Amino acid sequence: MTTVSMTVNGKQVSADIAPNTLLVQFIRENLRLTGTHVGCDTSQCGACTVHVDGDSVKACTMLAVQAEGADVTTIEGLAQNGELHPMQAAFKENHGLQCGFCTPGMIMSAVDLVKRNPNPSEETIRTELEGNICRCTGYHNIVKSVKAAAENMGG
Amino acid sequence: MSVENGIGASVRRKEDQRFITGNGHYLDDMNKVGQAYGYFLRSPHAFAKIKSIDLSAAKAAPGVVDIFTGADMVADGIGGLICGWGITSKDGSPHNAPPHNSMAVDAVRHVGDQVAFVIAESLEQAKNASELIEVDYDVQTPVTNIAKALAPGAPQIHEEAPGNLCYDWELGDKAAVDAAFANAAHVSKIDLVNNRLSPNPMEPRAALGEYDMGSGDLTLYTTSQNPHVARLIMSAFLGIAPENKLRVVAPDVGGGFGSKIFVYAEETTTIWAARKINRPVKWTADRSEAFLTDAHGRDHVTHAELAMDNDGKILAFRVSTQANMGAYLSTFASAVPTYLYGTLLSGQYKIPSIYVEVQAGFTNTTPVDAYRGAGRPEATYVVERMMETAARDLGMDPTEFRLKNFIQPDAYPYETPVIMTYDSGDYPLAMNMAKDMIDYSGFAARKAQSEANGKIRGIGTAAYIEACGIAPSAAVGSLGAGVGLWESAEVRFNPTGSVTVFTGSHSHGQGHETTFAQIIADKLGVPIESVEVVHGDTSKVPFGMGTYGSRSLAVGGSAIVKAVDKIVEKSKKIAAHLMEASVEDIEHDHGVFSVAGTDKQMTMGEIAFAAYVPHNYPADLEPGMAENAFYDPLNFTFPAGTHIAEVEIDPSTGIVDIVDWAAVDDFGNVINPMIVEGQVHGGVAQGVGQALLEGVIYDEESGQLLTGSYMDYCMPRADDLPNFRVATTNTPCPSNPLGVKGCGEAGAIAAPAALMNAIVNALGKDINMPATPEKVWRAINNN
Amino acid sequence: MYSFDYERPSGINEAVSAIGEDDKFLAGGQTLLPTLKLRLAQADKLVDLGGIAELKGISVNDSEVTIGAMTRHVDVADSADVKSAIPALSFLASHIGDAQVRNRGTIGGSISNNDPAADYPAALLGLGATVHTNKRSISADDFFVDLFETALEEDELVTKVTFPIPEKAGYAKFPNPASRYALTGVFVAKTANGVRVAVTGAGTCVFRQTDMEAALSSNFAADAISGIKTESSGLSADIHASAEYRANLISVMAARAVKAAS
Repeated sequence: MTTVSMTVNGKQVSADIAPNTLLVQFIRENLRLTGTHVGCDTSQCGACTVHVDGDSVKACTMLAVQAEGADVTTIEGLAQNGELHPMQAAFKENHGLQCGFCTPGMIMSAVDLVKRNPNPSEETIRTELEGNICRCTGYHNIVKSVKAAAENMGG
Repeated sequence: MSVENGIGASVRRKEDQRFITGNGHYLDDMNKVGQAYGYFLRSPHAFAKIKSIDLSAAKAAPGVVDIFTGADMVADGIGGLICGWGITSKDGSPHNAPPHNSMAVDAVRHVGDQVAFVIAESLEQAKNASELIEVDYDVQTPVTNIAKALAPGAPQIHEEAPGNLCYDWELGDKAAVDAAFANAAHVSKIDLVNNRLSPNPMEPRAALGEYDMGSGDLTLYTTSQNPHVARLIMSAFLGIAPENKLRVVAPDVGGGFGSKIFVYAEETTTIWAARKINRPVKWTADRSEAFLTDAHGRDHVTHAELAMDNDGKILAFRVSTQANMGAYLSTFASAVPTYLYGTLLSGQYKIPSIYVEVQAGFTNTTPVDAYRGAGRPEATYVVERMMETAARDLGMDPTEFRLKNFIQPDAYPYETPVIMTYDSGDYPLAMNMAKDMIDYSGFAARKAQSEANGKIRGIGTAAYIEACGIAPSAAVGSLGAGVGLWESAEVRFNPTGSVTVFTGSHSHGQGHETTFAQIIADKLGVPIESVEVVHGDTSKVPFGMGTYGSRSLAVGGSAIVKAVDKIVEKSKKIAAHLMEASVEDIEHDHGVFSVAGTDKQMTMGEIAFAAYVPHNYPADLEPGMAENAFYDPLNFTFPAGTHIAEVEIDPSTGIVDIVDWAAVDDFGNVINPMIVEGQVHGGVAQGVGQALLEGVIYDEESGQLLTGSYMDYCMPRADDLPNFRVATTNTPCPSNPLGVKGCGEAGAIAAPAALMNAIVNALGKDINMPATPEKVWRAINNN
Repeated sequence: MYSFDYERPSGINEAVSAIGEDDKFLAGGQTLLPTLKLRLAQADKLVDLGGIAELKGISVNDSEVTIGAMTRHVDVADSADVKSAIPALSFLASHIGDAQVRNRGTIGGSISNNDPAADYPAALLGLGATVHTNKRSISADDFFVDLFETALEEDELVTKVTFPIPEKAGYAKFPNPASRYALTGVFVAKTANGVRVAVTGAGTCVFRQTDMEAALSSNFAADAISGIKTESSGLSADIHASAEYRANLISVMAARAVKAAS
């Protein structure tokens, strides 16, 4: 066992964990933040996407101990003071989700996407979402949501 | 009077708030005090006899609670998994349904077949222990390909199914078809493979079983599209527990597409094991297990022939199909290539006679069952590839050929030669709209432009039909179904004016919490925020047949309407009493009850309150305001439409770029257009996946699954897909009170045929799905 | 994952002395962790290189671009200096994996793993880069040995890679539709020491297409290689593509890379 400490959604957290604990396990099982999902075992579906020090990463492909001292944001930490993040609001407004399972990862990726590309074209959105798989929406309304959010975020 | 957020409004979904904030409750998000973790040891072989299983070292491993095998379940009197639809072969014999134990007893028949269930304090410990189990296998030669499995001399997979045959079924008038072919001016032929798919809802299957020793109650939390059916089968056929002692809960479920209809070995084993060890047990599939064990879809090989007269009028259609059932017969597997397939082979066309025969057989592969569309995409693929081929053979424009042969809008009800009665539609309207949307007449110019840029352009059409709103119980019963396919609902008006709706339909992405609430808001004038839709729990909902076959609105929604009608009827009596009028004089409009010809009126809320506080109340009326209804549909519904795809192919790589997509669908009346469009997008995406990207591949020699992860099974990504242009037409369904037809599967049914027709149009020759870059490149370069 | 110990040294020497026979260095982890998760590999200890500051960073001078082993793909892709010195290298880095992978994956991890379908090996071989380790410098021509095999010894650690700045270079990749690795990727570079054409994804290890190099040396234009075919025997074949198709992709991607070269 080893001790790991980090900031998650603005709160300092610390726990004794086995070194082979993945960041996503730490988030879901130790912190009981179950909005971060696991949809595959080959690091492709992106349902587990969170932000580590502001960058989107797949929490299933990072050890919790590698996040020592890091600032982690999960889907639960995106809304501020009860106010939805513009990306969350855009997904709802544009029907960018159906079953909702890929949605937290998709939103976290999309937030990072807009951070890097404040005014993304449709093509950029589609390319940059390569690391997130959705089986329900056909992506049409996801792309629409991201575009709308980027506009609302002042891109 | 129109109602805010009522029928026809694109209401933003009520369920979204929890999903976009990470507060959904999917199965793996749940944990119970004292929970242990289950892990399945699975067969590494496609086909092997089990000589012995030695658990001793594994049982002694750290953290192990217990380990069970198939023999333990048999010893406990637990029955095998069943197939709920009996198919009768040509010769009158019932289909062969060999034993299907939750865990292998004497043999394993596909890679991933369950061998042992290891329960430990942690998942890692269970996995570690599973590696210590010693299984002595006598490995047999497997067969994975359906044609080879049905050929003489193939390895015999089940003793109970000689020649690996499940059934040899037929439908239609063979003699009439043969006669028509004998006199036909033209005959077109086609050979098709409908590729095997893995459904891949993003949430893997999972189960959490709990046992209460005091009451003897068992609770199974599971990823199910139909928890009541799961309970029924587990009680009646497996003997897990009587229905009154077994609660099945399906919480938020992350997509299904058919794959979560079925009663699987893992869920069954998990709930059984919870009682054995008297502790909660949780099992969650990883994606690799999903590829090995979630029922696959499609996997047909078909030869079809179309007979036509000199004018291009269709005379007869003849179809012969081999369908791969996999290693065992899954819950509804037998119905998919028969009554969900053969009955749709008339498509949108007036075809005087049709004959179809289907041989279904066993192979050493994952079981195959319903996947989005289930039988109907296969039928549309055969019909629409056939129509395109016939038009090409005749030198006719494929859309003109179709228009010439369509069932005309004045022909309903229209009885097909394959036992369906189409109730309404306007096929020429949808096709002409789709042609306008995509500028069909401008295609030649666009093709020339592509050619100038070194690209090959193609356009393809699919005019599909499906039978949804599954299904009239008596009709399906006569065809072999083991259950009725009605739906139930309870509408409960609470004393303070809010409404709770209990539905037997199950939402796993379809948005029922919104759509069903819109019906209530519309009919009873209740704000949509005050309507709660409850589903997925056998202890809350009276009963339910679940969600599949685009049935939720047409059947589940109709049950809600029936319950609402009872609420209105009772409310009229209360209103008449309170307003001192006769019941006949009470008029109802969106939750407002008024006395005809007066300004006296009461709201639904006031009446409901009076029903719960019956101080001044009709003497002959029960208090309370909750009504149950069971709705059994009168007929299937028949959504139909035309999708046209336009593609541009890069001849140097064979990459197919979808440059445009026009979809015009007739879903009858629409409750929430936004949700309906989303369903079309998702369906088309899965159809595009089938046509271009996806395909389950087994190594024929070893029977190993070669597409066992997202590294090798190609899931459609955002950059694989275009934007879709969608529109609807509306010929209301005459057989249900909402006039709705169902929209969940249309895209997946229409898309593969439209897209492949576009590719075939570009190439000038047939190729099979998936049209991978290499296949297309080879077709272009003739190698 | 099987259990393992974990160590996070802060210096190169410390890292190298920490590594034992059954241990593994952990760089970005984008290949190693999935492999461990599926129990396809096992380690007694992971030595995490993430805490070693001197392994990170990009520097560019007149003649070469130097990238520290623990520099992430995203940093190479976004570096204005790299974009201006070797745009093809920046382009290649921006097409590795997906956004999340690029936020973790590193050049040192990628080349040490030497996946036959990875992108970076094509850039190293195509540009004639030099791999620097804690012990020595190795030319790219000698570094990539075979399938998942490099010239690295067990206690040898890649510290940085230096890329000579070419006159012009281009990269074109045909991604595997499922995994998005390179089904075939071709990196072409016109350098002071001649033209180099490196192919990844098509064989068991990145290799140079010398016929194309010869043709492009006399005329660095797509037309110059239009007639040059790659012998398909020896190329990889799997469910995604036959050897013949990969051979075709080498020609197509090479032409695109030449056209894109800048």
